[in-house]
Amino acid sequence: MYKILKKEILNNSVELMEIKAPYVARKCEAGQFVILRVDRDGERIPLTIADFDRDRETVEIIYQKVGYSTERLSEKQEGDTIEDFVGPLGQPAPLPYDAKHVIGIAGGVGAAPLYPQLRALHEKGVRVDVIIGGRSGEFVILADRFAEFCDHVYLATNDGSVGKQGFVTDVLTELLENGADYDHAIAIGPLVMMKAVVGVTKPIGLPTSVSLNPIMIDGTGMCGGCRVTVGGQTRFACVDGPDFDGFEVDFDECMKRQTMFREEEHVCKIGRGE
Amino acid sequence: MANMSITKVPMPEQEPNVRNHNFKEVATGYTAEMAVEEAARCLQCKNRPCTNGCPVNVPIPDFIAKIAQNDFEGAYDVITSENALPAICGRVCPQENQCEGQCVRGRKGEPVGIGRLERFAADYHMANAESKPVRIEKNGKKVAVVGSGPAGITCAGELIKKGYDVTVFEALHQAGGVLSYGIPEFRLPKALVAKEIETIAKLGVDIRTNVVVGRSVTVDELMADGYDAVFIGSGAGLPRFLNIPGENLLGVYSANEFLTRVNLMKAYRFPETPTPVKIGKNVAVVGAGNVAMDAARTAKRLGAENVYIVYRRSEEELPARAEEVHHAKEEGIIFRLLNNPAAILGNEDGWVCGIEVVKQQLGEPDESGRRSPVPIEGSNYRMDVDTVIIAIGQSPNPLIRQTTPGLDTQRWGGIIVEEETMATSKEGVYAGGDTVTGAATVILAMGAGKKAAAAIDAKLSAGE
Repeated sequence: MYKILKKEILNNSVELMEIKAPYVARKCEAGQFVILRVDRDGERIPLTIADFDRDRETVEIIYQKVGYSTERLSEKQEGDTIEDFVGPLGQPAPLPYDAKHVIGIAGGVGAAPLYPQLRALHEKGVRVDVIIGGRSGEFVILADRFAEFCDHVYLATNDGSVGKQGFVTDVLTELLENGADYDHAIAIGPLVMMKAVVGVTKPIGLPTSVSLNPIMIDGTGMCGGCRVTVGGQTRFACVDGPDFDGFEVDFDECMKRQTMFREEEHVCKIGRGE
Repeated sequence: MANMSITKVPMPEQEPNVRNHNFKEVATGYTAEMAVEEAARCLQCKNRPCTNGCPVNVPIPDFIAKIAQNDFEGAYDVITSENALPAICGRVCPQENQCEGQCVRGRKGEPVGIGRLERFAADYHMANAESKPVRIEKNGKKVAVVGSGPAGITCAGELIKKGYDVTVFEALHQAGGVLSYGIPEFRLPKALVAKEIETIAKLGVDIRTNVVVGRSVTVDELMADGYDAVFIGSGAGLPRFLNIPGENLLGVYSANEFLTRVNLMKAYRFPETPTPVKIGKNVAVVGAGNVAMDAARTAKRLGAENVYIVYRRSEEELPARAEEVHHAKEEGIIFRLLNNPAAILGNEDGWVCGIEVVKQQLGEPDESGRRSPVPIEGSNYRMDVDTVIIAIGQSPNPLIRQTTPGLDTQRWGGIIVEEETMATSKEGVYAGGDTVTGAATVILAMGAGKKAAAAIDAKLSAGE
């Protein structure tokens, strides 16, 4: 059992928890993820690590309430425990420490896994900027925390309630057109957003890493459910990733594979009278 | 007085057309009367060919004699002197190639039903006996075991009885390895697996779930942490794919994913349990080993109308246990032998809608000694299926070899060991089971765990 030391509501659907998890906290690096089960018979759900504290042996996760299991997780309060919490899984993100100026691009809850990556780059002396996007203002998260080390924090919302009205790619395009000297981009968010970012960066040859979060069960290479095509090769996101070269990822296939259990996700809610 | 019947006392089973709609155990087990009657078929041979055929050397005639004398608890004690998991072995061992394959009675008629009798004694014990508290003198030494499948659990059980402090590290949330995630409920009830593991935990083995060795902690860190030896029994968890077009279509599973969803995550109870599994009307399972049979029979139970085993060799080369093939056929699984998939076909939405298959004929024997399949040119045809399950084998998981410097492995990933001791190229590190051999059987993994435990004990006690 793993204790919830802190819980914070970031907006209507996004929450943060700090979990006591010594094995994970001792070894995890930016880019790695955990799998948790809220209770007995629960689903195994993968979540990218947002932050960690080696001394206190804690790990921070940020999740969006999107389905049955994240709703159950959200019912837990500070001081409660969750059944299982395993990690760190995946490879540490291959961060571009030799880059001079990096732009991070986050969509929605994707800001959470982006945060430790940009912070690690900043700590090694790389200049970092960030663009954070969301449907509306409340979905733009962690802006204050990014501001602690990013030279510039740009915001974009679909409805214009915060920052620029439009997509993160609109902000990115504008920055690039105005001569920003980025030599690496890291995009983390919905597949459609990461694909759009690569649509901007690939033609100009701006190297772009992305972080994938496909359907998986064990997270150790055993089920193969998370297979993705990268550079024409089948890779397992859980052990070979989750970070990949965005230029090489077959996003269309990823988007299709993400729908494998769409009907069941619906049944799961109805079947339980929700 | 020996029972000279040339056939085994039949095993009570659920009717094929009933059981292929439920997940309850297929074979329901001998009654005491049946067990005593079957035990009387044993001739108590002096030279014990059956015991020689057993990878863990259970003194088979001795336990059968106890059953014949109605001393069922005595029979259990005899078995467990050599085998820590009798309820499991009685159900999943390929007896026809081991003990029963050597039985003298098998020369004329059926061999003694050793597996059935072993299962009976184990089930009797579980149902009737209190496990006796054992006092073990601690020797102050610590051993880490990686993986809680058959190899790891056996190794841990042997070492704890010899006085070692034993910690088992399991990557999943539940102990048991392939016994939990791989072998289906209808062949090996999970409550029984849990009980066998509990027996070992009660002896004092510390089982830590949710620790991925190679990620959460490395083998070197375990050694630095004060463990005097490490046994790696991490199994063969990496699924192989066919590398043909269409394998990433929706509706294509590795057998590992399919079976893990159903067995470990209990997707057969969805939506009561939240992990789903999706099964179509027509299912092709590629491969014909025990895992393929498990996947096919599971698909049938989940409601598939037609389930095909698609296998590139012939009946003679089928690698599954005889009983599994027999049960699969009884349950209506359709065998498409000498057929090999060339491509998986998809519709516009990315879902599987068929497979293209090439017929095969058998040529010369290959490295495995089995006649190798040769495609018949122009014989391609299409099978309409909406689900494909790939069950062509598993390789050892790479996480440990990637993070353990000094651990020599084969080109295909198996850890290299010294056969007598299961010692690896790294001082103090031993390995056994599927991670050494590639996917094999429960009992061979147990044999390896036992051998390694003996070698670890010999090494660590020699230092005194």
